[in-house]
Amino acid sequence: MPAPSPVVELREVSKVYPPTTRGGAEVVAIDKVSLTIDAGDVYGIIGYSGAGKSTLVRLVNALERSTSGEILINGQDIARLPERELRPVRLGIGMIFQQFNLLGSRTVAANVAYPLEVAGRSKETRRARVAEMLDFVGLGDKAGAYPDQLSGGQKQRVGIARALAGQPSILLADEATSALDPETTSEVLDLLGRVNKEFGVTIIVITHEMDVIQTLATKVAVMDQGRVIERGDVFDVFSNPQQAASARFVSTVVKGLPSSSELAVLRRRHPGRLVTLAFRDSSVDQARVFGEFADAGVTFEVVYGGINEIQGRSFGHLTLALAAPRTTDAAGDAAIDAALDRVRTLTTVTEVR
Amino acid sequence: MDSLIDLMPELWIAAGETLYIVGLTLFFGGIGGLLVGLGLYLTRAGSILENRGVFVVLNLLVNIVRPIPFIIFLAAAQPLARVVVGTGIGNAAIIFTISLAASFAMGRIVEQNLLTVTPGVIEAARSVGAGPIRIIFTVLLPEALGPLILGYTFIFVALVDMSAVAGYVGGGGLGNFALLYGYRQFNPVVTWAAVLLIIVLVQLVQFLGNWLARKAFRR
Repeated sequence: MPAPSPVVELREVSKVYPPTTRGGAEVVAIDKVSLTIDAGDVYGIIGYSGAGKSTLVRLVNALERSTSGEILINGQDIARLPERELRPVRLGIGMIFQQFNLLGSRTVAANVAYPLEVAGRSKETRRARVAEMLDFVGLGDKAGAYPDQLSGGQKQRVGIARALAGQPSILLADEATSALDPETTSEVLDLLGRVNKEFGVTIIVITHEMDVIQTLATKVAVMDQGRVIERGDVFDVFSNPQQAASARFVSTVVKGLPSSSELAVLRRRHPGRLVTLAFRDSSVDQARVFGEFADAGVTFEVVYGGINEIQGRSFGHLTLALAAPRTTDAAGDAAIDAALDRVRTLTTVTEVR
Repeated sequence: MDSLIDLMPELWIAAGETLYIVGLTLFFGGIGGLLVGLGLYLTRAGSILENRGVFVVLNLLVNIVRPIPFIIFLAAAQPLARVVVGTGIGNAAIIFTISLAASFAMGRIVEQNLLTVTPGVIEAARSVGAGPIRIIFTVLLPEALGPLILGYTFIFVALVDMSAVAGYVGGGGLGNFALLYGYRQFNPVVTWAAVLLIIVLVQLVQFLGNWLARKAFRR
């Protein structure tokens, strides 16, 4: 397999806004971000609102201009290009939006044709391409409808058709499913998956929704205060976040370790010993782990946690309340310790106190 | 009443003159207003042709001209009318002066209408490589068409109002007719006939404007 070539490469990119008040501090929206996105990636960018995700993605098609650094699109540095020369670059980058941003004065077909008009394509080319795109998104029968007559999911599908009309190699999705209900979200995500696989379009998705990352993204970057604090394969980042801030974000979408307030509640309900076990992939044989407890005469109750699945691989944490009911306290403790020692050879065990 | 019947030919001529003045000022003032409104909208902070200097000057100009009562503006702009249209009196002068005043009034209305266009739609157009001129003609104006039609209907009424003062500088029209044959001859029936005609005219245009705007909104 040939080495994937980067389609988007950010090198030490910053975006600084001038102070809003006289003598105030500059606002650093993006702080020396370097990021490489390879052809065919579905790259998720996650983080709390205000972390700089929207600004970062708008630097890629230069809707926002960077203050410093290099932005390479298919090898061309666009960071310092004048506005006029950016227009052909933008044609190669589709974008979809949370609020769809369709032209209300135009029919569905005319919306999809818009980028082709801008690109100066002939009328016949436009008509053929529009029909093809509307077919692809399953709205062939809505060509003459106006956006007001469509549901949210249909609007976003028109948005996708419009974004792809000019045959871009990159698609930017800015919270593309955040305004949709769960069922419509999964339809749109399926469609984006097909865009990636059938057309080989590299997709950059900004989101705060776990679903989007879970079902769509192959790689993910976590942003916090204008910086990318962690990046990598989705599975690695979600199953084993390295930074405190990314762990915090992941924990809001992946139920794993109990928070300190949840722990206090658990403590009140379960006065015995609590341990948290990490399960990651097939590397840990759950049956054997639970078998060890049973063999040692230790009973357990699962009191917290969950197993998540990303791209066919599972991971998660389970917190157990352990007890050894048929012995004295001291002997019970010893039995639990012995069982835990054996379990430790199988997986990571954290005693919760 | 008899005198009104005698004056019928003059009444129709006056009505025609009002339509003539209002039509031309709607055309010139409408274009002027569109330019001023676009200028305000495009150069404001965060817009696609952001330019603080141009915005501040335009904004100040609009704010200076708009509050001046029209009859005073008419007198004050007389020297300018002489320079531009060669005369300070008559229909040419009044058409020039009304167009000028209407440009600033309409400019503010156009600006507000354009502000109803969602910024995201403009961003979407930029994201496919559309430049400012294309955005104005394919996004801004079509997207704001409904409100713009209502804005122009509103300014039409203001133009009828302004044209009534035409008699002051020797222009014609229903306002002049009402003053000349009604008010000054102590003949309220004549005055009211002119007023009635103006009301009918305004109603018709408002009806037409609403209908067009509804069509533009429904799409």
